[in-house]
Amino acid sequence: MTNTGGARQAAPKVGLFATCLVDMLRPNIGFSALELLRAAGCDVQIPRAQTCCGQPAYNSGDDGNARKLARQVIEVFENFDYLVAPSGSCASMIRTYPELFKDDPALSLRARTLAEKTFELLSFLVDVRGFRPANVSCKASATYHDTCSGLRGLGIKTQPRALLAAVQGLEMRPLEGDETCCGFGGTFCIKYSEISDAIVAEKAANIQATGADLLLGGDLGCLLNMAGKLRRAGATTRVFHAAELLAGRALHAIGEEKP
Amino acid sequence: MNAPAGTFKERAHKALGDTNLKVALDRTTGNARTKRAAAVAAWPDFDEARKQSAAIKDHALDNFAYYLEQFERNALASGAKIHWARDAKEACAAVIDICRQAKAKTATRSKSMLGEEIGLPHALAEAGIRRVETDLAEHIIQLAGETPSHIIWPAAHRTREDVSRLFQQHHRDHRLLTEVEAMVASARHELRDDFFGADVGISGANYLVAETGAICTITNEGNAELTTTPPRVHIVTAGIEKIVATTEHALQLTRVLVRSATGADLTQYTTFHCGPKREGDRDGPEEFHIVLVDHGRTQMLEEMPEMLRCLRCGACLNHCVVYRKIGGHAYGGAYPGPMGSALTPVFDGLENTRDLPHACTMNGLCKAVCPVDIPLPTLLRDWRAKSFEAGYEPPGVQRALKIWTFVATRPRLYRAALAVALPLLRRLGKDGWISRLPFASAWTEARDFPTPPRQTFLAQIASGEQQ
Repeated sequence: MTNTGGARQAAPKVGLFATCLVDMLRPNIGFSALELLRAAGCDVQIPRAQTCCGQPAYNSGDDGNARKLARQVIEVFENFDYLVAPSGSCASMIRTYPELFKDDPALSLRARTLAEKTFELLSFLVDVRGFRPANVSCKASATYHDTCSGLRGLGIKTQPRALLAAVQGLEMRPLEGDETCCGFGGTFCIKYSEISDAIVAEKAANIQATGADLLLGGDLGCLLNMAGKLRRAGATTRVFHAAELLAGRALHAIGEEKP
Repeated sequence: MNAPAGTFKERAHKALGDTNLKVALDRTTGNARTKRAAAVAAWPDFDEARKQSAAIKDHALDNFAYYLEQFERNALASGAKIHWARDAKEACAAVIDICRQAKAKTATRSKSMLGEEIGLPHALAEAGIRRVETDLAEHIIQLAGETPSHIIWPAAHRTREDVSRLFQQHHRDHRLLTEVEAMVASARHELRDDFFGADVGISGANYLVAETGAICTITNEGNAELTTTPPRVHIVTAGIEKIVATTEHALQLTRVLVRSATGADLTQYTTFHCGPKREGDRDGPEEFHIVLVDHGRTQMLEEMPEMLRCLRCGACLNHCVVYRKIGGHAYGGAYPGPMGSALTPVFDGLENTRDLPHACTMNGLCKAVCPVDIPLPTLLRDWRAKSFEAGYEPPGVQRALKIWTFVATRPRLYRAALAVALPLLRRLGKDGWISRLPFASAWTEARDFPTPPRQTFLAQIASGEQQ
């Protein structure tokens, strides 16, 4: 997994934006992203000054506070060749920054520069690095939920499937309504919890109907929503970020404490 | 619209508990999604068609005054009478005035969402004019004393079984009819006398065609033709955004409109109405009035012009996870679903309707299925920003975002806070899960929350830990 010779020269400098949810709730996704990016020949750094992309403020209409957080992300990440996040949602938010600074030409320019080199992890691995995992195996059946920000915001559909196809022993099962929102919606699930509950209940039922051992996806927010509902519904489906499986780190699913 | 009862959340709560509504919504929207998907798959490049359709509408809107004036000239030349209405009140007054001059006792009406928007049913009732809804679904909700819950299927909230009982109660045929064909026949029988006895027929318009001065109606039941042709007077109420440059443009839009709405290639009836009955014509109205309604549209041209492209196909409703769960009435406006959440604040004021743009997961499917590519999530997000700026957001939300930003823009403080918070939160966990969160009980009412790790990812990286 180390780079040698000429490859080192070409190794792009990647700033890994863990995202606040991964940082707080699921470090394993961060470690998985780190390992995958290194395996894909990247020189990865994890800036200490990273916190939140500002999406909760932005989606609440609080543009003032969203700008403060966006500015911080720009300052921390603009000197990397790429910003990569294991989240379609946060990557989409960063791609929205130029719009947020449309009244400030200088920042808008910096925002656009950052937006253009910001990628969601799985699509970055495939589209930019042409990466395929080697020697990863997982004997299980799995189903995949396309998280909306990645799917419709960034056009991520084939990339995770291409990566997962390289995992030996993994049987992928189709999910009814795989392009339908799980009801997370960031602060939506708190503000309109009853509606969110009805939506995720349908999603959980569809997931259970696949009979798959694993539910995979590319956004921790959505995965927490679905995992929490599956657990409440008494389902045994184990939930992982796709990166955890691809990095061979799918040992303890969401909610499974390390022994 | 009359002010709806209760708050949005109260109405949504009620809707979520209604199992009958769930059956009706699943059937209607499920069928609609399946049929649309098949129609779109059969089209070589539907995305390109969406872009072209958006461009057709944008062209008309970019030259709004030019085409509206052209429409007026051509419509007047065809013998139509034009009435401009700035708002809902003026629009209703114009319709009532025409009815009174025609000494109308009964008016038949073919489905028009604009009529709902301006409160025409209420205005007709106040003026003592008997209103007969001729669209089958509108007939159903008129019997039930309700308002439409969907812009294409106004009775989307009613199951077939509900309708059987309603017809038994209200129709002359008092048998309980369960076959759809028999139910339709009963409604047809019920409406027949009114079709031919009405003094005035009121319709909406899907398009106002500038180059001809014609208006176009698109229906599946033929009720629009029976509403507009036999009565002595035909009144059209139309929003001014219905303007298109040419007949060809109208037909191009129809191809994407119908596929998006019902998945069919074309509706059963696509009719262009141009002027009153001419000498030698066998039928047609003696008077042909067109009420052109602004009601906020000029303002929208400045603030969210994309919304004026809307063809009222209902695809965004059928694909919206929120609409599919709560139905149309919970929204409380004339138009429900994503397009309704974008429009209702214009008509009813943002302060009263701020829930609508917020009750959206921003998943983007509405935009993806929109035949004219309206960026609905962006428009709803813009309403949220306006609401925040106006101070309509709950103080708790404002405070939470302020604190979050204060801490998150100070990485050291942020790290220190998490170092304290995570161990505290961990204490609530049992077997890897927390079943009751103290600060976000809304989450744990419906789902469990995983016990957080001892340390954040960044703290583990800093301490050199890798597992």
